[in-house]
Amino acid sequence: MSEMSPGKLSRRKLITTGIAAAAGVGGLGVAARLAQKYGLVPPDHGGVYGLGETLTYASQRLLTRHSLAREFSRSQISKPPFPNEIPPLNEAYKHLQAGGFAEWQLSVNGMVARPASFSLAQLKSYPSQSQITMVQCEEGWSYIAEWIGVPLSHILQAVEVHPQARYVVYYSIDPDWWESIDMSDALHPQTFLTYGMNGDELPVGNGGPLRLRVPRQLGYKSVKYITRLTVTDNLKGFGKGLGSAAPEGGYAWYAGI
Amino acid sequence: MSNVRATCYHSRVGDSACIPSAVSAVPTTTVTGRHSALVRVTHWITTLCFLALLVSGVEIVISHPRFYWGETGNDLTPVLFKLPIPASRNLVPSGYGYVLPDQNGWSRYLHFQAAWVVVFTGLLYVIFGLVSGHLRKNLLPGGADLSWPSFSASIASHLRFKRPSAAEAWSYNVLQRLSYVFVIFVLFPLVVWTGLAMSPAFVSAFPATVNVLGGQQSARTLHFFVSLSLLVFLLVHVAMVWLAGFWSRVRAMITGRAVTPMERI
Repeated sequence: MSEMSPGKLSRRKLITTGIAAAAGVGGLGVAARLAQKYGLVPPDHGGVYGLGETLTYASQRLLTRHSLAREFSRSQISKPPFPNEIPPLNEAYKHLQAGGFAEWQLSVNGMVARPASFSLAQLKSYPSQSQITMVQCEEGWSYIAEWIGVPLSHILQAVEVHPQARYVVYYSIDPDWWESIDMSDALHPQTFLTYGMNGDELPVGNGGPLRLRVPRQLGYKSVKYITRLTVTDNLKGFGKGLGSAAPEGGYAWYAGI
Repeated sequence: MSNVRATCYHSRVGDSACIPSAVSAVPTTTVTGRHSALVRVTHWITTLCFLALLVSGVEIVISHPRFYWGETGNDLTPVLFKLPIPASRNLVPSGYGYVLPDQNGWSRYLHFQAAWVVVFTGLLYVIFGLVSGHLRKNLLPGGADLSWPSFSASIASHLRFKRPSAAEAWSYNVLQRLSYVFVIFVLFPLVVWTGLAMSPAFVSAFPATVNVLGGQQSARTLHFFVSLSLLVFLLVHVAMVWLAGFWSRVRAMITGRAVTPMERI
């Protein structure tokens, strides 16, 4: 070592550091392109928290592709089910409520072969399924209930979703309340359009008459009072392009944590 | 002696002005390599992440400062305990007439981002520690250290708030080693585990991670207590660094070099 001049040493160090840095940047670039290609980048990936969000979404997409949310026994159902705070219901809702929700409609449009509109009665005519799963709020509380409805995949099948579709955007009757999920969650066997709870009608406080349940994500992805679904391959044209109302309000789009 | 230490503690080798007459033949200070670059970098990244996790964790917990045991818990169910603080959400029956500002959005983004960074940093540290021998040489207590006399001597000197000997400027005592090992191999994995056990997506793939803890609310309660233990560690750690000479120890963790006042050996 003694004959090696300090200049030589630092040059060698510089070259190895340079190669390592270039490999690192190149590796990141390749990783980013692959992640984009395989749908591992969430729509709210920009900004200072983009790294953490992308890592969470990408790793959970890879780990949970076929996993099912935990289901519980009937004895574990929370009594009474916890109705959390809901925003003031608008006139349109009150009008439909006065009519016993007979005129409630779910319209489905976007990248589908046959755009359609479903009444609650039509939704109930599909074979109903139920799941006993947990609603977990981002605040920290939780409850378990039996959710009764029709898997979203049945409805998407009925309207014939285009193969290049990547997301389903869903809207509450409250126009400020909308969310979206990727096709992996949209076609997931436990993602339900629910109209019943614990063997009864779905109460207003829990999202009645129609709530989308996404049990592998936090409660705020399970939007209440669903009236519209839009199938798309790109979320840029929706709101501020962050995927849903949640990131516009400062919350993560992907809520699997 | 204390006078000598005070004047020479920060001086460098060969600073003759600082050699006290009583020990004139011995150099008063030596500069030795103390912490490797990787230990220093991972230490400070972990520090930043821990502070981010702490602040964001407090913000998240105040949105529902009630704790439960088992699978579920909400405003309608009995609590295990509740923190005597107001909440940042108006529905929580906190017993206070006002609601704190709600900062949950960015807190959650920051919490998970810092968690990712600290997990990668921790893995890097442990892999380096195993490969380089840092864990074996510097952290695992030696056989003699674990004997009762040396163990009780270490406890006694801690209880008397005795300043550490100069030798400890370049090594760790047995209590220090045990607490670092406990934080790295027990508390840190536990806080990650209890955190992941609250993730509905993660537990859908690995349900046992939450089932063995007794449920999702149990995981949340345990996450709180493990975090509290880490906070206690941080406070004791900073207090100990303060006792040992705050700036010299902090400088050693930044520059990697420890200045040992030789006359105290």
